Amino acid sequence: MVQLSVTRAAKDGEQASETARATSSMPLDLPPDTLPPPRSSQLRRVAQVAIGPVVLLLLWYVAGELGLLNPRLIPPPGATLTETWKALTEGTMFYDLVQTLNRVLVAFAIAAALGVPIGIVIGANERIYRSIEFIIDFFRSTPATAMFPLFMLIFGLGDQGKIALAAFSALLIIVFNVAYGVLNARKTRILAARSMGAGRARIFADVIFLETLPQTFVGLRAGISLALVVIVVAEMFIGGMDGLGHRIADDQMSYNIKDMYGSLLLSGALGYSLNYAFLLIEKYFVHWAGR
Amino acid sequence: MTIPQPAQLSGQPTARSGRIEIRGLTKQFAGADIYRNFNLELREGEFISIFGPNGCGKSTFINLISGIVPMDAGTVLYDGKTIEKTRLSYVFQNYRDALFPWMRAIGNIQYPLKILGMNKVSRLRRVEELLAEFDIRIDLNRYPYELSGGQQQTVSILRALITDPEVLFLDEPFSALDYEMTLFMRERIQDVFLKRRNTIIFVSHDLEEAVQLANRVLLLTRRPTRIAEFVPVEIPWPRGSKSLSSPEFVAVKSHCLEVFSREVARNSSNRSNVGT
Repeated sequence: MVQLSVTRAAKDGEQASETARATSSMPLDLPPDTLPPPRSSQLRRVAQVAIGPVVLLLLWYVAGELGLLNPRLIPPPGATLTETWKALTEGTMFYDLVQTLNRVLVAFAIAAALGVPIGIVIGANERIYRSIEFIIDFFRSTPATAMFPLFMLIFGLGDQGKIALAAFSALLIIVFNVAYGVLNARKTRILAARSMGAGRARIFADVIFLETLPQTFVGLRAGISLALVVIVVAEMFIGGMDGLGHRIADDQMSYNIKDMYGSLLLSGALGYSLNYAFLLIEKYFVHWAGR
Repeated sequence: MTIPQPAQLSGQPTARSGRIEIRGLTKQFAGADIYRNFNLELREGEFISIFGPNGCGKSTFINLISGIVPMDAGTVLYDGKTIEKTRLSYVFQNYRDALFPWMRAIGNIQYPLKILGMNKVSRLRRVEELLAEFDIRIDLNRYPYELSGGQQQTVSILRALITDPEVLFLDEPFSALDYEMTLFMRERIQDVFLKRRNTIIFVSHDLEEAVQLANRVLLLTRRPTRIAEFVPVEIPWPRGSKSLSSPEFVAVKSHCLEVFSREVARNSSNRSNVGT
């Protein structure tokens, strides 16, 4: 990226040479191993990553052409992708995507806002942790889908029920990971802060919270993935008029098979993007992890 | 803890004539006595090295008297003051685990002052003074993991010095460094001692560096730990790597080694007696 902007700058002349200086001086502040790799190897990496999906699409296409696939169950890739594009740009697929994403984000926000502080408190008190470890583990192991009826009873059939269930599921994972991180935080830094005269509250804010951050992110990433799963499934079976889950179930019943594949691909892309976004955030905030 | 005045830091080193009194120090781990009614009196302003057989509780000793680990019984008074009322600093063996990796080196160094409630401007001034005093040339805007081992431990030592502690505890601070870096760091810590005259209590598993740096070497026995001998080291300062081959140094070191070997042998014969 840095190199691209440098070449562009060189072409633009006067004002651009300043940009070039700014960008070329940037890597000096970075540790050596975060320098961008040479361009040729970057291209090779992109190519390597692309090979898998391209081969899969090719197989799909060839198998269809050879008549190995039942077109009523697996339509050809070209038609599927065109249909999906149309549904996204002209139809309601984009609206469904946004609805699902909204629900996931709200559920996740609730889970994170409650889960991180609860996890820290539980992890800091080993006795509390021991006494509720089983409860957390038990509900964490209970399939979220088994609790649909209960949450429908309590929160109703609307968005509230779906969001509450997704938030509950994500909450348990987040609490568990944060508590585990606090419990296993290396003691030396805490001792160091204590030897400097830091009080309990300061040690929590300045040391334990940050010390636990890598493990916290593990929990947050797992939490948002689970929230997506629960929301999509809830959209299928608990009343509602929109969302990717609802769309997929609807497509299946009305035999709208191309749209169903499109919605599936989109759900996958959503999950992948959420995960990837978290990795980027994590890399930025927890720059010290693993070093 | 009181905030030291900057004048006290940058001005002449204050004369320290008090005593460190350790009375009736007792500590058990898993039912076994590490220390039982252990007594010791040290002069402030001295560089004390602690050396002894493996597992004799060298590190435990400084953990106890610095208040990091609570003692079962006993009192420690620094010039008549309790641990809480004395400015103590601690440098850990494992700098990787002791520095805060989320803070830049400069943030690490001024963190103790932040705890003491000093404002940012004064904090930065204190860091500047400290760096100038010891002629440190490390890019402090880097994160600890971007620095070499020696640089990281230097940052740890600066972090410990920033409060101008009355007593500086060093727990095998150079054991994770290579020999070249160790020699350099020994000179650096000597420089600190000669300029500041803080009391330094230094745990080491390396007899050479224990003797090189100390006014007195405290030799300990196996547990329950007692004092085997308290050996004075009267070699003129500064003690560069050349003094490591001077006859006085060799004499003191071989005496310490003799005491040490005797202690190790005594206990292993005890143990074999128990066995038979």
